[in-house]
Amino acid sequence: MLHVAVAHRFGDFALDAAFSGGDGLTVLFGRSGAGKTSLINAIAGLIRPQRGHIAVGDAVLTDTERGIFVPPHKRRIGYVFQEGRLFPHLTVRQNLLYGRWFAPRSRDRGEFGQVVELLGIGGLLARRPATLSGGEKQRVAIGRALLSRPRLLVMDEPLASLDEARKAEILPYIERLRDETRVPIVYVSHSIPEVARLATTLVVMSEGRVAAIGPPEAVMSRLDLFPLTGRAEAGAILNAVVAGHDAEFGLTRLAAGGGELRVPRLGLAPGAAVRVRIRARDVMIALTPPTGLSALNILPGTVAEVAPDGGGPIVQLRLDCAGEALIARLTRRSVETLGLVPGKRVYAVIKSIAFDQHALAVPGPGGADADTRPG
Amino acid sequence: MTALFAFTPAETAAILLSLKVAWWAMVWSVPFGLAAAFLLARGRFRGLSLINAAVHLPLVLPPVVTGYVLLLLFGRRGPLGMFFAEHLGIVFAFRWTGAALASAVMGFPLMVRAMRLSLEAVDRRLEAAAGTLGANPLWVLVTVTLPLMLPGIVAGMILSFARALGEFGATITFVSNIPGETQTLPTAIYMLTQVPGGDAAALRLTAVSIVVAMLALFASEAAARRAAARLAS
Repeated sequence: MLHVAVAHRFGDFALDAAFSGGDGLTVLFGRSGAGKTSLINAIAGLIRPQRGHIAVGDAVLTDTERGIFVPPHKRRIGYVFQEGRLFPHLTVRQNLLYGRWFAPRSRDRGEFGQVVELLGIGGLLARRPATLSGGEKQRVAIGRALLSRPRLLVMDEPLASLDEARKAEILPYIERLRDETRVPIVYVSHSIPEVARLATTLVVMSEGRVAAIGPPEAVMSRLDLFPLTGRAEAGAILNAVVAGHDAEFGLTRLAAGGGELRVPRLGLAPGAAVRVRIRARDVMIALTPPTGLSALNILPGTVAEVAPDGGGPIVQLRLDCAGEALIARLTRRSVETLGLVPGKRVYAVIKSIAFDQHALAVPGPGGADADTRPG
Repeated sequence: MTALFAFTPAETAAILLSLKVAWWAMVWSVPFGLAAAFLLARGRFRGLSLINAAVHLPLVLPPVVTGYVLLLLFGRRGPLGMFFAEHLGIVFAFRWTGAALASAVMGFPLMVRAMRLSLEAVDRRLEAAAGTLGANPLWVLVTVTLPLMLPGIVAGMILSFARALGEFGATITFVSNIPGETQTLPTAIYMLTQVPGGDAAALRLTAVSIVVAMLALFASEAAARRAAARLAS
């Protein structure tokens, strides 16, 4: 259990944020300058907040009222930096083992091999950081932090400096990290796809404050947070179950939101849980079950909320599809023409092609149904 | 030809003494040079520019002045000279130790400069990363900062050694020119050029000076290349 409450002022910027995180992966989400990195620097002890209380499990790391400030090297918080920060004068193996000199002794002698295997870096051990690709460097940096036996892992946009292909290479490793190790993770990001894929708990930050906290499905479907969650990329996260495969067309059928979604084939067995991100701009609304349409996915539901965007031409709608929230982004004109008001029965139409690689993720244990949904 | 390179015992003594003086001047400068480099690169207090000026003073003062100041401070009646003689049993005046001290002082600014530049080039974010991995500040220094500074440390040592081999003014002022005790290559060559018939010997020692200097430069090149390769590949 992680508890953080920090107030700190640097020049014009005031950080005043508090949140609690549980097991799994907590994403700190927000624009650059929202105070995310300052917050994890305070957790790691790299900045000393003017006021604050930070505790991981039973260990109080910062408590300004009681004058407690544990120095960074005694905190046992593994930090994965945006730029990796591997030691250039050491080999990959020496980098990985660096934190071990200082970590409490472990009886588990196979740990090094497990971490190397988990991150797929066995072939790199003899090399120097300068010869690694960006993705390899980040995997080594993750392994190095993990092998210092941290009580908490903090990751500061570890994928931000990588291209899409490298991101796709690393994301599965972070998922495995979340699901296969018991180390809680605080992960800073300003990428919606990363949130949808990784988050157990989502903390939205804005201008140094926490704007919202909760499971990502609940937070991402809040229309009032749209300015913060990024209009164009914003969308709902649905929990789905693999219902079967359509071998002829290379599609997978998912049961979600009281209907069925067809998505490009997934390598998962029927019954597996999947998290699907559906961007608001990929959702169309029909009043009757549409026919003669190329789109494969039609979910019945009711309009739950209509949020006009300050009188502008665009309107956000939240739909209730058998208990799951879906967000649609329409023109105000369409909303008025169709007479969309809360309670109206509608059909949401989604193109299968809208499910790109980043839109589908396997949620971790407890990830999809964490019990911290706000009242 | 053989006659030209048949060194007299006095010449051999001057060569060996020069190497000994330069070696110890370099070795003893390292801890002080590192301390000064850290102070100048990382210190945050008033009076830093004064320390910076003091470190660089031997570079701009006439060597004779430096030698005279050393004589006043470290001579038999000098306050520091008396302290060292009484408490540590080290006498500098008119001894080879004094020649080493003079050489060390003269080479100090060069050594500090090289070390300081390399320290300023060390990415402090790597030190912070080492801290998050559990290394306390001393371990960070030993396992991250110093290894990353190594090219600069080696360069500073070689500069100091080379400067010591060439030291003349401060040495002859402070410890004079006593054959077998304080007569180094430069002072020996100077003396030989002042006496009739000393030309051949002066030439021999000049050749030795050139060879030693070249070897030091090659060694520094090789060390710098190896250090750079270690970080780059």
